[in-house]
Amino acid sequence: MTLDGLLQRHGGWLETGPDEGPVISSRVRLARNLRDTTFPGWASKDVRNRVWNEVLLAFDGVPDSKSFLRWRMDELSALDRELLFERHLISRELADRQTGSGVFVNEDECRAVMVNEEDHIRLQSLQSGMNLQKAWEVADELDNALEQSLSYAFSSKLGYLTACPSNVGTGLRASVMLHLPGLVLTEEIKPVINAVSKIGLTVRGLWGEGSEASGHMFQISNQITLGRPEPEIISNLEQIVLEVIEHEKNARIRLMSTQEIRVQDHVGRAYGILANAALMTTGEALDLLSALRMGVDFGLLPKMVRREIDRLFIQIHPAHLQKEAGSALSPEERDIKRALLIRKFLETK
Amino acid sequence: MKCDLCDKEAVVHLTQVVNGEMKEVHLCEEHAKAQGIDLNSPISITDILMGLSGPQKNIASELSLACPRCGMAREEFRKTGRLGCPDCYKTFMAELTMAIKAMHHSGQHFGKIPAREGVQTRMKSKIARLQKELEAAIAHEDFEKAAKLRDQIKKCREDGTPGEGGAK
Repeated sequence: MTLDGLLQRHGGWLETGPDEGPVISSRVRLARNLRDTTFPGWASKDVRNRVWNEVLLAFDGVPDSKSFLRWRMDELSALDRELLFERHLISRELADRQTGSGVFVNEDECRAVMVNEEDHIRLQSLQSGMNLQKAWEVADELDNALEQSLSYAFSSKLGYLTACPSNVGTGLRASVMLHLPGLVLTEEIKPVINAVSKIGLTVRGLWGEGSEASGHMFQISNQITLGRPEPEIISNLEQIVLEVIEHEKNARIRLMSTQEIRVQDHVGRAYGILANAALMTTGEALDLLSALRMGVDFGLLPKMVRREIDRLFIQIHPAHLQKEAGSALSPEERDIKRALLIRKFLETK
Repeated sequence: MKCDLCDKEAVVHLTQVVNGEMKEVHLCEEHAKAQGIDLNSPISITDILMGLSGPQKNIASELSLACPRCGMAREEFRKTGRLGCPDCYKTFMAELTMAIKAMHHSGQHFGKIPAREGVQTRMKSKIARLQKELEAAIAHEDFEKAAKLRDQIKKCREDGTPGEGGAK
């Protein structure tokens, strides 16, 4: 499959089933570095190229290595790098790097290994829905396979050594992506963010910052990586996320029982704009699609399937629109394409 | 200003901040040369560090300005917050220990260990884990458990192998 093939692919991590509530996806990321080797940000081009080649060789030890596609950043256009970023397969930081930097992605996009990002290796496992445990198992397994031919920088005291001391130890960052319109609309999101931040976790908007996050999408992740075994970090995060989900569900119940007409109005207006607008920015589209998604959860839009809305959340992003169009588009051209894409989708409903 | 190591006039002056305290090192031409500093070329801090030995050892350790492996200077590390290579953890140990404790509320890894790591690493890791349990047992005044853990730790240290359940 080529990079263009990704565009046509459905059924990835962002598409959730109807029973998964506010959870979109679970992710586990492991940071690893090669022993006696300068970290990417401080290394020469030669060293970075050597690291890429070592990882390339190490992939031979991965049982299903053939299912992985690989791209080096210096071979990709800016648009292609952006596309990978929009699909959460690479970070902004990797997209901006050149020599020796690249990514291995398996065909279902559930596993990705970034090479020469901030660390030599950033391995991620993405699972749809609330699946942290599975995400950890998959990441752990891939890590073991790569380790057969790579010697990692490790100390018995500080664990896996990373370019930034904030990742040292397990090198593990686990996160859950959540859709929390109930908490945003009831204005309870701020206290929830504050409470979660106080117990060693971080809440960030998936698109945008803090309580102003576009599309009401949030990401909760662990901050502490040292001093606890991986399963403990995972289960700790899981417990807190489950509590946040409870809060979200309660907020939605309260909304429906006390302000049903307002919820209907909110969802209906979103539908109206999406079905008729001729120009639509990314931010506006994310917010309106969020309302639509909540409408589906409330059973207000019986003809619509959540999976299809989840797909749109990614397809409306600039690089996706431009890849689909086959050419670079100005911001206004994108706004036209975006509005059209959504209108066409709603016409089929 | 006189040389720190003799009574001659110092020609090399180095200022260093260690744990918030300013330290100054002054060396005369002869002693600077003895430490491998060529006064006519740009000074390599690493060379100074590697050259210092014997009675001046404590000056050397406090002067560790750059990582001997990758050359990452302390100033650079402080500016970016990113280390240059795995060895930087040893080079900047003093300030990193504090920063890491502040970030993670811990200074000891209890997670996965690469399969390639030797018996020694597993042993150290097991002892660290037992010690954490021992501290918890003492805090809970469970002295029976504490005594058992203490014996286990002692045995581990004597045996030098992790034995049952050592590797996780």
